[in-house]
Amino acid sequence: MSIAALLLQLAWTFLVIGALTFGGGYAMLSLIQNEVVVHHAWLSESAFTDIVAISQMTPGPIGINSATYVGYDVLYGATGSHLAGVFGSMTATLALMLPSFVIMLLVVRFYTRFRTSRLYGGTMAWLKPAVVGLIGAAAVILMVKVHWDGWVPEVSLVRDNFPDWKSWGLLAAAFAASKWGRVNPILLILLAAAAGLILY
Amino acid sequence: MNQQVPLWKIFLVFAKIGAFTIGGGYAMIPIIQAELSRRGWIPDEDLPDIVALSQSAPGVMAVNISIFAGHRLRGVKGSIAATLGSITPSFLIILAIAMFFTAFRDNPFVERAFQGIRPVVIALILVPMVNMARKCCLRWWHWVLAGGSLVAVALLNVSPVYIILSVLAIGFAVTYFKEVRP
Repeated sequence: MSIAALLLQLAWTFLVIGALTFGGGYAMLSLIQNEVVVHHAWLSESAFTDIVAISQMTPGPIGINSATYVGYDVLYGATGSHLAGVFGSMTATLALMLPSFVIMLLVVRFYTRFRTSRLYGGTMAWLKPAVVGLIGAAAVILMVKVHWDGWVPEVSLVRDNFPDWKSWGLLAAAFAASKWGRVNPILLILLAAAAGLILY
Repeated sequence: MNQQVPLWKIFLVFAKIGAFTIGGGYAMIPIIQAELSRRGWIPDEDLPDIVALSQSAPGVMAVNISIFAGHRLRGVKGSIAATLGSITPSFLIILAIAMFFTAFRDNPFVERAFQGIRPVVIALILVPMVNMARKCCLRWWHWVLAGGSLVAVALLNVSPVYIILSVLAIGFAVTYFKEVRP
């Protein structure tokens, strides 16, 4: 595929993601992951997981950061050129923000009517649980792979992310530390890096 | 007086806000408040409205806040300056890391560190999901909706795009006929 066609595909993908993300960064991650890992197969599960980790540790919203990173990786991966990578990250980032621009400028105009709209509130009450499911699916896809052979599902672990029992221990420990210990995510990732160096 | 705020200044102030926001939308609020009300750009009492609207519109909340606040200052030009400002620091940082990391990805130390990080990333996706579920899944059919979309995407390989579009349509129709029209 030519670079121009790939950039166009990247722009369209992130435009759709930007328009359909309701419910914050993790909702956006589930959309990005599905498009980039599952649908287009631009990146592997483990490469995407690494990008999420880096996006979480660096300043800026996680959705924008991962779009910037994915845009770079997709173009660099296809061409081997850093310059193409830079164009890829600009394309993905700007495309992601474009729908917000149009929608927010409309919102500003119809400010009060929008806020008090029962129709909007009611629709969102439906969407929120679905978004919870989508975020859950993003986590599941990074853990297991499901391949359908006709009507028979073949379930296999994502070995790059979970090579052994120690990795499941890390998952459980991090979940507990974040949920009940309220440990800062950046600190958790740094601790996880240290654990990786010791355990592997 | 708002008309006199120069665009480059809007860009720089939002770049500062972007550089010090780690973790997205909500982490941004106190910094935005400090920077904008100190300059007398946006009064404190307007902030809750801006945050509420930015949260309910689609897209990245931090970007929505920048668009809205920038619009207050200088209209459409202001929102472009604010948005570009707020994403520039993280854009440059990510780009630098992406270039650097492709060269070091196969380094055995880096590989081992990331082997430890990957399962933790998945935990960090699961925690906000559980917190959101406890807040918004109040009735049995909320759980059906959440479980249904999880299974459809994770196991049946349905694209989340279709899930969001169909739930939007159903939710809109149900709300319209049950609450707005009768």
